[in-house]
Amino acid sequence: MSNTAELLKGAAELFPDEVVTSAHVRHLDLPYGAGRFALVTLDNGFDHTKPTTFGPASLANLNAAIDQVEAEAAAGEIVGVGITGKPFIFAVGADLKGVELLKEHKDALAIGKGGHEVFKRLAGLAVPTFAYYNGAAMGGGVEVGLHCTYRTVSKALPAFSLPEVFLGLVPGWGGCTILPNLIGADKAVSVIIENSLNQNKQLKGQQVFDLGIADALFEGADFLEQSLIWTANVLKGDIAVERPAIDRGEAWDQAVARGRAAADGKVHGAAPAAYRALDIIAAAKNGDLQQGYDAEDLALADLIMGGELRSGIYAFNLVQKRGKRPAGAPDKSLARPVTKVGVVGAGLMASQLALLFLRRLEVPVVLTDIDQERVDKGVGYVHAEIDKLLGKGRINQDKANRLKALVSGVLDKAEGFADADFIIEAVFEEIGVKQQVFAEVEAVAPAHAILATNTSSLSVTEMASKLKNPERVVGFHFFNPVAILPLLEIVRGEQTDDASLATAFAVAKKLKKTAVLVKDAPAFVVNRILTRFMGEIQNVIDEGTSVEVAEKAVEPLGLPMSPLVLLELVGPAIGLHVSETLNRAFPDRFTVSPNLAAVVKAGKRGFYVYSAENGFKPVLDPEVAALLKQGDVVLTEEQVRARVLDAVAQEIGLMLDEGVVAEAQDIDLCLITGAGWPFHLGGITPYLDREGVSQRVNGKPFLEPGVASVPA
Amino acid sequence: MPRTVRDVVFVDGVRTPFGKAGPKGIYHETRADDLVVKAIRELLRRNPGLDPKKIDEVAIAATTQIGDQGLTLGRTAGILAGLPQSVPGYSIDRMCAGALTAVTTAAGSIAFGAYDAVIAGGVEHMGRHPMGEGVDPNPRFVSEKLVDESALFMGMTAENLHDRYPTITKQRADEYAVRSQEKAAKAYADGKIQQDLVPISVRRTNAEAGETGWGLVTADEPMRPGTTLESLAGLKTPFRVHGRVTAGNAAGLNDGATASILASEDFAREHDLPVKMRLVSYAFAGVEPEVMGYGPIPATEKALAQAGLTIEDINLFEINEAFAVQVLAFLEHYGIADDDARVNQYGGAIAYGHPLASSGVRLMTQLARQFEEQPHVRYGLTTMCVGFGMGATVIWENPHFEGDK
Repeated sequence: MSNTAELLKGAAELFPDEVVTSAHVRHLDLPYGAGRFALVTLDNGFDHTKPTTFGPASLANLNAAIDQVEAEAAAGEIVGVGITGKPFIFAVGADLKGVELLKEHKDALAIGKGGHEVFKRLAGLAVPTFAYYNGAAMGGGVEVGLHCTYRTVSKALPAFSLPEVFLGLVPGWGGCTILPNLIGADKAVSVIIENSLNQNKQLKGQQVFDLGIADALFEGADFLEQSLIWTANVLKGDIAVERPAIDRGEAWDQAVARGRAAADGKVHGAAPAAYRALDIIAAAKNGDLQQGYDAEDLALADLIMGGELRSGIYAFNLVQKRGKRPAGAPDKSLARPVTKVGVVGAGLMASQLALLFLRRLEVPVVLTDIDQERVDKGVGYVHAEIDKLLGKGRINQDKANRLKALVSGVLDKAEGFADADFIIEAVFEEIGVKQQVFAEVEAVAPAHAILATNTSSLSVTEMASKLKNPERVVGFHFFNPVAILPLLEIVRGEQTDDASLATAFAVAKKLKKTAVLVKDAPAFVVNRILTRFMGEIQNVIDEGTSVEVAEKAVEPLGLPMSPLVLLELVGPAIGLHVSETLNRAFPDRFTVSPNLAAVVKAGKRGFYVYSAENGFKPVLDPEVAALLKQGDVVLTEEQVRARVLDAVAQEIGLMLDEGVVAEAQDIDLCLITGAGWPFHLGGITPYLDREGVSQRVNGKPFLEPGVASVPA
Repeated sequence: MPRTVRDVVFVDGVRTPFGKAGPKGIYHETRADDLVVKAIRELLRRNPGLDPKKIDEVAIAATTQIGDQGLTLGRTAGILAGLPQSVPGYSIDRMCAGALTAVTTAAGSIAFGAYDAVIAGGVEHMGRHPMGEGVDPNPRFVSEKLVDESALFMGMTAENLHDRYPTITKQRADEYAVRSQEKAAKAYADGKIQQDLVPISVRRTNAEAGETGWGLVTADEPMRPGTTLESLAGLKTPFRVHGRVTAGNAAGLNDGATASILASEDFAREHDLPVKMRLVSYAFAGVEPEVMGYGPIPATEKALAQAGLTIEDINLFEINEAFAVQVLAFLEHYGIADDDARVNQYGGAIAYGHPLASSGVRLMTQLARQFEEQPHVRYGLTTMCVGFGMGATVIWENPHFEGDK
């Protein structure tokens, strides 16, 4: 047995549940008498819903297939070797389940080496090799093709990426090294770094060809036939494959610098993967492939044993799995059909909700408000947004006509809501107003209609308390911008029944939102944690720490924006309002900052001003600085950070004790999808665990070892 | 409004390699619609002068219009092939003469002036859709003796045809079959067939059928080069005890697709499309269903009469070899020798296979190649027998004809 085979056998023993991919070798005669050809098909035996992956046993199968074609090539029995995938799927890379099981650096190193040792044999055969990217190709799937002499790609290919950096890895089976040497550092940085950091953006077949990753592009209908005909022409010398020369000068370094800037802008140095990938891309400038492979092995092993990757995989699974099957949701068969939606209020939020319901549910949506002008404005907003979609080509004229015909506005709730199945209110955040609105709605709406509230901080139970049928009230808390942030906190009031809740979850699914079941508790999940977090920042500023130090203290978390920039986005007045609500509920932990109150009172929209001469970077507004009344307790960044993280850990611990959500996983899912907190933190609890904060504050970690960390 | 009948020409034709129906056949895991789609795409690639927007119709034949051969294949195959949505299509059925009828029907519309250019072809995946799948013959056929009970079983109708022509023995049928295999092997060796084949990628997941994974089909699977009289002599006669029809002197059960472009001659000339054959006449005829193999004779009579030609004017024949006896009956009727050099020069369906509704265009594609090679020939015909007692004949003129130089 070769060393590679032995290495993989050892690795396979650590991963007994691998879904094993076969590497079928089939021989065929190329057209035009170009000769006998061996075509390898990667196939895990399932249909396209279970994409082909590489674990150690799968790599061993590919290795064995290469043993066979290597011998045939050496014996002159074949003129070339191709590799392709099952229908719709090429291969989507390493099996992450196997990666999660790894506990030792040496085992992690073996995974990297195993992939390299197998893949690079493709480049060492006595005959040319061809990869035919027929369908989805990601990570190691892309990389196996990169080791081939030539590549073709299907125009129908929907998704092609090196998503490793997105998860917390590097493309470590040749991707970081070969790709810049194939298409230049500039384009490689786009694919490996920028696309990954841009919410794991996928390339389509045409782009794969345009980037120069593939040498030929063919339509999906007869992709493999045309690829093989092309292969015959290449082998006969009738087609010469030409690739543009790579700029190995300054452009290479500039590309790497651009990648670093992109990484800084996204993770602020807080997650290592992008930087490790960039180091390897930078070094690949000398064209030494083996040196690059060795660096990839080491980077992979380090990252696999690090917390960021474990958090990244945990976060990915939360979004992909838990986000689609919400914990604690009632049986979906209880859900009632929703064939018409009512929206109370026609302000901006209400209009945005109307648009969302309209686009996703495609049922009549009726807006109501207190005067015709507001109603007209709300409907006008929806119409204008539909026209924008039409203008961008996102919908056609027929669809635009259909959507416009479905939205209407009336003053009379009785007229609008008499046959509505789901009515959501987005009126002023004041319990008396909302109770009044629901009472009016109940008087005219059918008995089965769900009454949903988009409140961000009021009690759903209290809002329902004066109704005849309080069991049909649910909280339906969206996050701004509604069209972009996936989270929807679905709040169960004390009297909410299962059918209403099931209907709410069914609607959320149609809205394509990530629904999380939340208990009726002050400010629910995201706003409560963010407010505690911001409150602690505000506290240290009030006590005497400079704004600059307070802001910098949390930079190492790599959050999407600094606390005071976030406050500006939310609006200081709303921030103040939520802090007051939470202060009433939990006066011992939530304070109301006098400085924030002063800023709001002064009519300021934030702490910062922006100007061209500062490159539009935030600079403390001198007028705000003049308003601030600070104490004399000056903390260091470390002290601030500890205080803030302790507060967050305490709050989450209390929320779990109160049963606000089912598990810490739901907290993380909320923070990722509702506040954009990053994958490398795993939301937040994996980070609090690995930094020892949970232990320090609550005496125990939030998650079992192995859930978002290296298993014990 | 006065109308002028327009000349219709056969621009080009291609086909997939034919496969053997059944679990070990090359196309067992390949959809029928994909076969015809790939044939259409190859036609378009070969004829870049034909702007797909200018295609007026896609007429695709299949006998069993169920599943991947259903859903108005002409329309769906057009969309799947990437034709503009503005190009319409329909399905057509005349069993074995499906593709031939797609050609004549579309050609009639071109002559009438309704279309300028069409795609006509056919497909039959007899592995996925065995003959008789889902049929429900009206009981009156039997109760009122409208047809003989053997009419639905093609092999039995072939035995019946042997009865009608007692001089056509099993020996003669076998000799004919051996020659068909020999001629086909020679045509392959001379590269006459491959140039009109569309390579098809095929997947296999069943290891019992051979190497698994994706492969590429570039040649006909059913061919049996080296077939001898001796090897045929011992074959069973499944349709009648001591019968004459065997698997060796008949076409098999096959999978495959064909497609062709037809256009008005003016359109073809205007767009620099090849003109491979010019349509002279076509005719269909009915006969007793239980001797359906007799069908080509009256169909040819009609077609010749329409064209004002006699059989002596025809110097190339492409006769579908559903059964050797059916070809031999035709030749006997017209006093043509069994081994006449003008008949099926490249061999026929006994060697290549006969995926029912696709075969008509195969005959035309081969005749077109022969016209090109033999400019001294002015007229040729394609003819075939059709289930339930029919025959179909199309007479073509060779545009390369050089006259009596």
